[in-house]
Amino acid sequence: MLFKFHNSNSLTENQVTDEAVYKQRRDVLKKLGYLGAGSLLAASTKASAGPFDWFSEEEKAKFATSALNFSKTKTDESSTMLTPMDKATGYNNFYEFGTGKDDPINNAQSFNVEPWSLSIEGLVEKPITLSYDDLFSSFDLEERIYRLRCVEAWSMVIPWIGFSLANIIKKAQPLSSAKYVSFQTLYDPKQMPGQRSRFTGGGVDYPYVEGLRLDEAMQPLTMLSVGMYGKTLPPQNGAPIRLVVPWKYGFKSIKSIVKIVLTDKQPPTTWQILAPDEYGFYANVNPQVDHPRWSQARERRITDGGLLAQNRIDTLPFNGYEEVAPLYKSMDLRKFY
Amino acid sequence: MRVIRLLGHGVLFTWLTIVFYQGFTDQLGGDPVQSLLDFTGIGALNLLVISLTVSPLAMYLKFAQLIPFRRPIGLYSALYALSHFYVFIAFELQFELRLIVSEIIKRPYITVGFVTLLILTALSVTSLNVIKKRMGAKWFTLHSLAYVAVVLAGLHYLWLVKSAWYEPAIYLLFSVYLLLLRRTKIKKMFK
Repeated sequence: MLFKFHNSNSLTENQVTDEAVYKQRRDVLKKLGYLGAGSLLAASTKASAGPFDWFSEEEKAKFATSALNFSKTKTDESSTMLTPMDKATGYNNFYEFGTGKDDPINNAQSFNVEPWSLSIEGLVEKPITLSYDDLFSSFDLEERIYRLRCVEAWSMVIPWIGFSLANIIKKAQPLSSAKYVSFQTLYDPKQMPGQRSRFTGGGVDYPYVEGLRLDEAMQPLTMLSVGMYGKTLPPQNGAPIRLVVPWKYGFKSIKSIVKIVLTDKQPPTTWQILAPDEYGFYANVNPQVDHPRWSQARERRITDGGLLAQNRIDTLPFNGYEEVAPLYKSMDLRKFY
Repeated sequence: MRVIRLLGHGVLFTWLTIVFYQGFTDQLGGDPVQSLLDFTGIGALNLLVISLTVSPLAMYLKFAQLIPFRRPIGLYSALYALSHFYVFIAFELQFELRLIVSEIIKRPYITVGFVTLLILTALSVTSLNVIKKRMGAKWFTLHSLAYVAVVLAGLHYLWLVKSAWYEPAIYLLFSVYLLLLRRTKIKKMFK
């Protein structure tokens, strides 16, 4: 007797992936909620491990991020240089949740982003209020890979998803008297432990505020980001919407924004209020102007790998984004740090 | 007592080794260099403060058997401080000698940190019994530099934080308290 032995590994022709599906496999994956090697590694609350992790409790429920539809734009950073997602989402300065680098990921998982309200107001013809859904549907989303340089002299390369801030400012139609744009983070001490306690919050007066000159805000590089690594923002990175100004120190890229106000006077900014001799309004990345207490000539690029892989690289003026140099043509950047 | 000493050695040495191992194997999160600097720094400071609480505690509890713990705790503080400095020159500044020297000179918080390290090294080297015997009374004078070290270490910490000065302030206040407990002894040194 002849039997046909079916090896469980043998495939038949009707199991072959349809060519059309194969060609769109990346889109299919996107729709299924995955994109790229980075996002397949879920952000883990154990991202910043330490000796005490062996004693810590079970992982609590994680904030759920969702996939986004976006187009890729060309940036000068290749995707092979990306900071691993677990590091970008596990090593954050977000003092509203605590001053430790792992406090935001540990303390923000139950942060509520719905409902959200982002208002664009002040010296504009048409004030706008965006709801949570509006944040994702108002403008076409693009993925932009930007370098982020912290004032503490470390840096990352992050694939942000969002749109130019200019889009929304144009839509609000600023008056001719508008010269500056100010931003404000959510104030909700019930959700943000750093706003309840000065000790937890690092001595900062909340809500966190930031600002840009109008021409800086209209620069195409300046973006409002609603996602990273293919999905919506995790809370520790400033969900649901944050600013990214890649040629300035990271503290200018304010997170979890609720208000954007066009004004005629230079607005107060949180770190400048805290220590005006150390943090200025402009805060352009500048290797020639040291922080009073440490050098800004080099930075540690956060990549894969442990101690032996850490790269110390030269910091570039404007973090390498020379296209913004004309904005400061006549300014002494040592004076306006 | 011997059990406690062995336990102490075990915990302090193994912990340091584990964290370095985690650093090399990418288990210390986003910035392993910073994490290691923080761990060794706080470790050294904690151990230095603890070493200065041994004598007052022994007197208060009338438990002289605590006193022999002073030296090993102090030596571990020095070990953590040396590791802290090594991480700084090897991984932060990557052995660039010119940069190391200029940073130590230019940045006040690093200057006081470096002086603390020098003091701890001097105290470690002279901690051997034979050297203690040979130095006589000078040994005690030298080792009171530990009081200077703990204050400088607190300043090192205070001067490097961006805004959260509360924890360094607590260390400094407690250190001043520990020095106040010894005020008669310190006054005698300046006579």
